[in-house]
Formats: sequence, C-alpha cells, structure tokens
Amino acid sequence: MTTVETRLTEFTDNNEKPVGYGRMLRKEDPRLIRGQGNFVDDVNLPGMLHLAILRSPMAHARIKSIDTTAAAALEGVVAIVTGADLAEKGLAWMPTLSNDVQAVLATDKVRFQGQEVAFAIAKSRYIARDAIELINVDYEILPPVVDVRKALDPDAALIRDDLKDKTNNHCFDWETGDAAATQAVFDKADVVVTQEIIYPRVHPAPMETCGAVALFDAVEGQLTLWSTTQAPHAHRTVYALVSGLPEHKIRIIAPDIGGGFGNKVPIYPGYVCAIVAALVTGKPVKWMEDRSENLVSTGFARDYIMNGEIAATKDGKILAVRTHVLADHGAFNGTAAPIKYPAGFFGVFTGSYDLEAAYCSMTAVYTNKAPGGVAYACSFRITEAVYLIERMVDCLAYDLKMDPVELRLKNFIKPEQFPYTTKTGWVYDSGEYERGMRLAMELAGYDELRKEQEEKRSRGELMGIGVSFFTEAVGAGPRKDMDILGLGMADGCELRIHPTGKAVLRLSVKSQGQGHETTFAQIVAEEIGIPPSDIQVLEGDTDNTPFGLGTYGSRSTPVSGAAAALVARKVRDKAQIIASGMLEVSVADLEWEKGSFHVKGDPSKSVTIQEIAFKSYGAGDLPEGVEGGLEAQICYNPSNLTYPFGAYICVVDIDPGTAVVKVRRFIAVDDCGTRINEMIIEGQVHGGLADGVGMALMEMIAFDEDGNCLGASLMDYLIPTALEVPDWETGHTVTPSPHHPIGAKGIGESATVGSPPAIVNAVVDALKPFGIRHADMPLTPSRVWETMQGRHVPSI
Amino acid sequence: MQVPAPFQYARATTVDHAIELLNEGGDGARIVAGGHSLLPMMKLRLANFDTLIDINGLHDELGYIRQEGNEIRIGSMTRHRELLESDLLATTFPIFRDAEHVIADPVVRNRGTLGGSLCQADPSEDLSAVCTTLDASCVIRGRDGERVVSMEDFHRGPYETAVGDAEMLVEIRVPIRPGGSSAYFKVERRAGDWAVASSGAAVWMSNGVISDARVGLAAVGPNTTGIPAISEALRGRAPSEELFAQAGALAAQACSPAVDMRGTVEYKRHLADELTRRALRKSVERINEQGA
Repeated sequence: MTTVETRLTEFTDNNEKPVGYGRMLRKEDPRLIRGQGNFVDDVNLPGMLHLAILRSPMAHARIKSIDTTAAAALEGVVAIVTGADLAEKGLAWMPTLSNDVQAVLATDKVRFQGQEVAFAIAKSRYIARDAIELINVDYEILPPVVDVRKALDPDAALIRDDLKDKTNNHCFDWETGDAAATQAVFDKADVVVTQEIIYPRVHPAPMETCGAVALFDAVEGQLTLWSTTQAPHAHRTVYALVSGLPEHKIRIIAPDIGGGFGNKVPIYPGYVCAIVAALVTGKPVKWMEDRSENLVSTGFARDYIMNGEIAATKDGKILAVRTHVLADHGAFNGTAAPIKYPAGFFGVFTGSYDLEAAYCSMTAVYTNKAPGGVAYACSFRITEAVYLIERMVDCLAYDLKMDPVELRLKNFIKPEQFPYTTKTGWVYDSGEYERGMRLAMELAGYDELRKEQEEKRSRGELMGIGVSFFTEAVGAGPRKDMDILGLGMADGCELRIHPTGKAVLRLSVKSQGQGHETTFAQIVAEEIGIPPSDIQVLEGDTDNTPFGLGTYGSRSTPVSGAAAALVARKVRDKAQIIASGMLEVSVADLEWEKGSFHVKGDPSKSVTIQEIAFKSYGAGDLPEGVEGGLEAQICYNPSNLTYPFGAYICVVDIDPGTAVVKVRRFIAVDDCGTRINEMIIEGQVHGGLADGVGMALMEMIAFDEDGNCLGASLMDYLIPTALEVPDWETGHTVTPSPHHPIGAKGIGESATVGSPPAIVNAVVDALKPFGIRHADMPLTPSRVWETMQGRHVPSI
Repeated sequence: MQVPAPFQYARATTVDHAIELLNEGGDGARIVAGGHSLLPMMKLRLANFDTLIDINGLHDELGYIRQEGNEIRIGSMTRHRELLESDLLATTFPIFRDAEHVIADPVVRNRGTLGGSLCQADPSEDLSAVCTTLDASCVIRGRDGERVVSMEDFHRGPYETAVGDAEMLVEIRVPIRPGGSSAYFKVERRAGDWAVASSGAAVWMSNGVISDARVGLAAVGPNTTGIPAISEALRGRAPSEELFAQAGALAAQACSPAVDMRGTVEYKRHLADELTRRALRKSVERINEQGA
C-alpha cells in the first residue's frame, strides 16, 4: 500500500473516533492541556523536605577535605550528607546500566564537572540550595582528560583509579563483522572512499528535568519513589539489588513524564540521594534537578568519532563498509545497553544496502566528562550507524560523480531478499526500500529540484538537496540476546474487562509523551471491539502493572504493543467460549465480527463483547471448565527486532554572504509497518525531524580544555524553535512486520535517526561548488563559513 | 527550577521613590525592570544582590515614545514590544523595528525594556548598537537632578555604565536629522539567540551624496562603539557597492571579536564586514524609497 499525503489541512479529521486503528485525538491530552497532569514536581507530601546537590566545579580533582559546618548550621537545614557518610552505609557507589560503577557522591576524587559531591536536606528548596553554597570543599586539581583522542596517551591522567588494576583510560573494545573478508573486498574494489565523521556529544534535554520524591515508611519497611523514569520496573529491581531493601517493599511510580528521549533511562545519583535522605530523616524528600544540572550531569548522547571507509565498483555497486570508532563514554560507562551489545545496535551500520562484507572495530575510552551515551531517541546507537552509512554513501556519490539517489537505488536490499541477514548478523524482517525512496522523490519533485539547483548554481546561489535512507532496528528484544543488567527485554501485559464491558489494560512500559493511553487502547479496541474511550490504560506504577523493561529504543509498540494485541486475543478466545454457551452453539460455529460473536450463517443470533463480559461475572453457569471473569495476562518475548525504514529528502538554502543555513523543505516518507493512529505517528515524526534540525545545525555539548561544560544552559545549548523548521511534508508506505502480531514496527525514533544525515547531506550538497565533500555537525553559520573557506571545521 | 539566593524586594511607585530606595540600598541594591538578564543571572547565582527595586510600576511614567522638536524621546521602561510596534519609530528610525524583529521572542519582548537593555551593557546586546548608530543620548536621574550623556560615555565597558549607585536611566533621546534612514542586520545561530555579530547603519543624504553615516556593531568586541573611520570614509561620497565594501572592511578592522561557540574570530570579522555592507545598502535603499 502506498499513500501520498497532501499536507495536513484544516479539513483533516483527527478525531474519527475509531473502534480500533485510525485518527483520534489523544485521550491524555485534556489532562495535560488543562494543567491537570501530575508530574514528579507536582507531588507534595505532608512534611516533605527538599534536597539540593553540590556538584563539582572541576572536571578532575582530588577531594582533600569537605567542611560542612557552616551549611549544617544554616537555619532550616536538616542534614548535610557527603560521600564519606554514604561510604559508611556502603552506598557511595552504585552499578551503572553497563555493569560499570558510578559514584553516588564522590569519595576520593571528582571525575567530571557537575559530578555529585554532597547534598543538603532542608525545609525548602531555597534553603537547600543556599546550604550547598556554604559547603567548603578543598580540591587538589588534577590534569583533566578532555580530548578523546588523547585519552589513551601514555601520559594521560588515570581517571578510573577506583577500578582494580586499572592503568589507563581504556573502557572497552568491541568489533563486529568479518575483518578478513572485508579486507579482501576492499583489496579488489575499484573505488575506496575514506572519511572521518564526527557525531558530536548532544543532550536529550527533555522539558521536564530529572527528579524524585522518596517516601520511606519505617513501620512497614516500605519505600515509595515517585521518579522521572522511563523504566520503572527495571529501576525497582536495581534499587532492590543496591539498597538491600526487599523488592516487594519498593514501589516505583512514574507519574506523567515530561519528555524522556533516553535521558530518563539511567538511574542517577540524585534518585539514590533522595532515597538515602528519606531513610536518614524519616521524612519524604524531594529532589528536582535544575536545567543546568540536567544538561551537565545527566545522560548525554552520541560522542563517536567514526573513521568510515566504503568500497565500490566504479559504476557504483557498493561492496563493503568498514569503520573504526573512537567512543567517548565519559567518566563512568553509564550507557544503557544489552550486555552483548556494548555499542548498542551500532552493528546495523551496513544500512539499507546489499553488501558483500562489513567490519567495525571500536575503542571506547573514559574521559573527564559526564557519563551516558545511549540517549536522545537514538535506538541504541542506530542514530550514529545511520549517520555514518548515509554520509559515506554521499561521499561515494561525490567521488563517483553520481546522483546520491541513483546510487542508493542501485544498492538497496530488494524486497524478495527479506528476511535479509546483514554481514553483521542482523536479520531485517521486511522492507520495500525502492518504493519508499520513489515516493519521497515524487513528493519532493526531485528532478525539478535538481533543475532548480542547477539554475541557482549558475547564478552563484547555494541550494542543496540532501537524501537519506535509513533502516532502524527497534523493539528490543529477544530475551536470548538482549537484556538490561541481566533482565530480559520482554514485556508483560494484563487486560481485564469489567462486568459492564469497560476495560483496564495494564502495561509495563511508560509513556513520556508518546500517547500510550491512546495507542494501546486502540490496539485493544481493534482486537476486541471495545471503543478506545472505554479502555483505561495504566502504566508507570510497579505495584499496579506487570513487569517489563520500559519505554526507550522505540520498543513500546513493537514489544508491549504486541503484548497488548495478544492479551486481547486471549480475552477474545475466552469470550468466544462464553459466547458459545450463551448462544448454545459450538465454539467452531461462531464468527467474530469486531465487537460481537454471531452464529455462522445467522447474524441475528449474536452477543456483544459487553454482553459476554457481563455474563462472565454474572449469575448462572458458564461453559464447563471456564472460570468466571474476563481477563488475561501474558508476557511477550519478541522473536526478532522490527526494522522500520524511511526515505528523507531535505532542501536547504545557504546565504553565501553569511553562511546561514535555512531548511526550506523536508520530505519524510516513513514505513513503520501497520499504522495505529496516524495523528500520533505524524506527531512522533514531526518531533523527531525537529530534533534532527537541532542536531544537524546547532546542538553540541562542548568542553573547553579544562573540561568545563560549555553547554550548561539553554542559552548555550541551543534547541531549535518553530522558526528553524519548515512545514513538514510527510508520506508513508506500509510494509508490515511478518513476525509482529499486528505487523507494527515502531516509529518513536525514526525521524531522529533519519533526519540528521539528510540535512547534513543537503548542506554539503549546497557547498559542492566549493569542492566540499564533508562537514561535521553542528553546521552553525560559523562552521559552514569556515568550511567554505576550505578550513577545518573548528572544534566549537 | 533554579533558585536565587535570598534578597529583599521593594516596589517603587515613582522615579523619585526608586531613587530614594536606591540611595537607601547602596551598592547592594539593583533595579529590576523586565528582568530578562538580571533574574537568570541571579538564578544561576552569577549575581547576588541584597535588594531588588522593582520599577515595573513606573511604566506609566517611563513608558513612552514621542517626538519633541527634532528629537524622539523614549522612556526607559518602554518595552521591546512597544518599540517594535511603534509606527513613529518605524518611520523615523526603521533600524528599531529591524532590530526588534530579531531580539529574543515575543514573550521576552513583552517584558524586556529599552532601559534594561542599555543598562545591562552586554556587548552582544542589540539596542545598544542601535542607539550608538543613531547617536542617541541617555538621560540619567539622581537625587541631584538629571544629566545627559552620549552613548560613548554611557557604556564604560562590558556590563558597566555611567549610571551611579543612586541613579537611574530614565530616557533615551534620538536626534532627528533630515534625509536619513537606517537598518539593522544580525546573524544568530537560532531565533532568540544572542547575535554572532550584528551591524546597524544610519545614513543621511543630500543631493545624492552621503552627508553623514554611522555604523554600530554588536557582539564583536568588548564595547559597542561607533566607528568614526567609517563615518569619515562615507561623508561626501555617493553611495556605491565599492564604498559599502570599503566601509565593511573598516568595520572588520575596527572590531575585536573573541572566539566562542557562536563563531571564530575570522567569521565574526567577516560578518562585521558583510552585515555593515548590507545595513548601509538597505539604509540608502530606504532613503531612495522616501525620495520616490
């Protein structure tokens, strides 16, 4: 199925009120729009205290002493806690999601600017903040390791002297693919193109910063934590393992979450500090970080230096891709990634192309920067992988003097090759790449754009057309391969139909704005014919939802969406047995028509799902062997990832005098398989495209040579506004996933993954008259102008 | 939420009251107008003051744009939005509307003031460049009455002005001269960001010849100052691309930018050149349109 959308007009009905899939307004929006949402900072408990964290002003320094006298004496201060206090309780260090450790509060030395050193608990947020100003820390400054390329130099300062026998800043090595086979292909290739490509450190910067409210009931031994978390169940297990509190006595509540983008997957020291503060004081304690704290200390994203190589025949058949990556992991390896995948799913760097060989080697190092790594809607490093391959393909097109679309069309994996196993071992489930690419070209008017560009170039105007084609690997994942800290990435789901035919669906994932309350109600509605408005969707409370690994990596619809469809089918199967009793026919004689069963050949004899629900709880006998009630639960373990894809085309104009880039048009054709709610999908795509404009043109967490973070506020770390983005032009194709119960593939991160290369390719294309083949993000006016002068792009 | 250190708060009811409060507060007191620079600095604890004197109640007294004789007088509490929307200013000095279009965003413009912008004396601030370009003067009032200083004297360095501890800026006066127009160009990384560089120009012509011209730059040096060499080079000459190029080159020479995340020194110098040419070209275009 191919659909060409005209731009959304005022006539688009976004509220079709479907019983199943279709456009409908989000059920959660009235609450959020009217200010009735309940976010962590809205949680106010009687007697609640406030916590503020003192952070290191230095990137690398030994703590000689900490004097808390003055702070403790400030009126309204309840306690000051340092790393030494935590060490006494065995809580000074905690595990990261990559089996490294991270300091909750520094005991020996600080390893990045913004690291947690001490905290104050006080009667108000203001007093707590005033108190930390009075804590006097005596630091002995150590040389910082800031330049990732120098991290492994023999004379580089040792950052992780806390790790036994550690003598350098090496974090891990990783490889994938076949080095020898790849070398053999490179040896015979007509053309080899080599290009260093930097994906700078960026930050997810959700609108709501991270925070928590901890409440400890000493009588019951019960800890309740309201927390900004994308993965409440995984967090609960980790807290149980770290704190020694029994898991059934820990309740994590993720209320409304104001954006996550991966930023709220890790467990941050602040959460642990809030828990400790509640234990120490016996009072509920709130910690809510401010904007600067969020930007300097919480999970960053990317920070890969990728040396790309691509081998091809002279007529443009791509043969092999090879890369070596230098990965900056900051001071602690805080990446959230399955154990087998320390570089996430970067292995899909072979892209959407049918290759003979591929190989990647990676060296990850520690530096004196904040920890993190997997965040900002990256689908576990697929953002970096797609950027690498899509830039390399454009570099090849440049060298071969080929049109970049033509080169891609020539090399796509063909529909009949699916399921397709890549040279790095990923099994792509389904795809019709050429169809998507041609639709994008049609929407863009690609040939006319090239003509316009030619005319403009003859007049000295700078217009660029950039193309990217991406394949994502989302919906992690099969439990045999994928885990977080040993927890398999399967998702539970429970569905209960109440006697009156209304329903409650309990999920293990957690929306941060994606619209789960709507999408999941629609999935269930499609299966059992109860309108979405009659289905309450619950998530984010570990006491009231089944176990599962949470929302990130576009996994909610691929994993929990499958669980929701299957649990609904399980309920429907039971309903069918009850219906057979009600209609006094055999189960095999019943036919399902959305919302009711009827006797085959006699539609007048029917019962609705609502009638069946009442019967299931009602007086009178049920068919033999059938228990009362209408509910079911399952745990879905995906057999494979799903592989959404898309074709993006970006048109930019560059002012030759100022080098300011204007994104004139952006055409996005996405294929996320079965589409549940078009409006929500479009919203996800629009947001991701805006992210892409930000990363391509302005976002970067930079550091000076002393390791000072230069992106510590939203004045310094720029996020795009409506004025930097064009009207998005979207279209789609539908290639269902063959192994997913409803054929859905996930859409949450497609646009963030696919858009940066399209924009950079467009800018580089515009600069073709200057002999430019590559320029690194962010393409600020200054960096574009320096590139136009033939100079290397400056570091900041 | 970033929270400031403790401070006292007082709300002034008249200009005289504000000056009295300033006098009482000594050097630990600061005036808050729109608050769009001061409050973020206090929240980040880059600045801590004992007392804030809120003069938002003085908008009636100090919020005005009016012509008096051959001057436009603008009260220091005039908000960005009022500068943007003023047809009187747009006709007399279109540079104001040009600049206001690229200052921050509507929310900030609803609140921020001309006086606050000038008194913050941020070298990247746009209205300082505008007032320099227009050869404006500043009326400062204290307990002993008013004094009038030129923009050159008003700005003593980054974040430093001629306004004393118990004084406040009350009015900006811009001289109107016949046959003139003006324009402002700015490059920013993103809407609402501070300028990477910007340039304002004012040109006066008679009989096809430039009788006077002034250029003011922002974000390319510690101080926003006029560039006399440009005025000298342009006076008495007929406008031409070559002449604008000469002025642009002088602007690039005259400035002293620093490298930061907004750009390299070379790029900022290039912008001083490029934007000066554009501002001069646009000013002359506007004069010609008036004549036509």
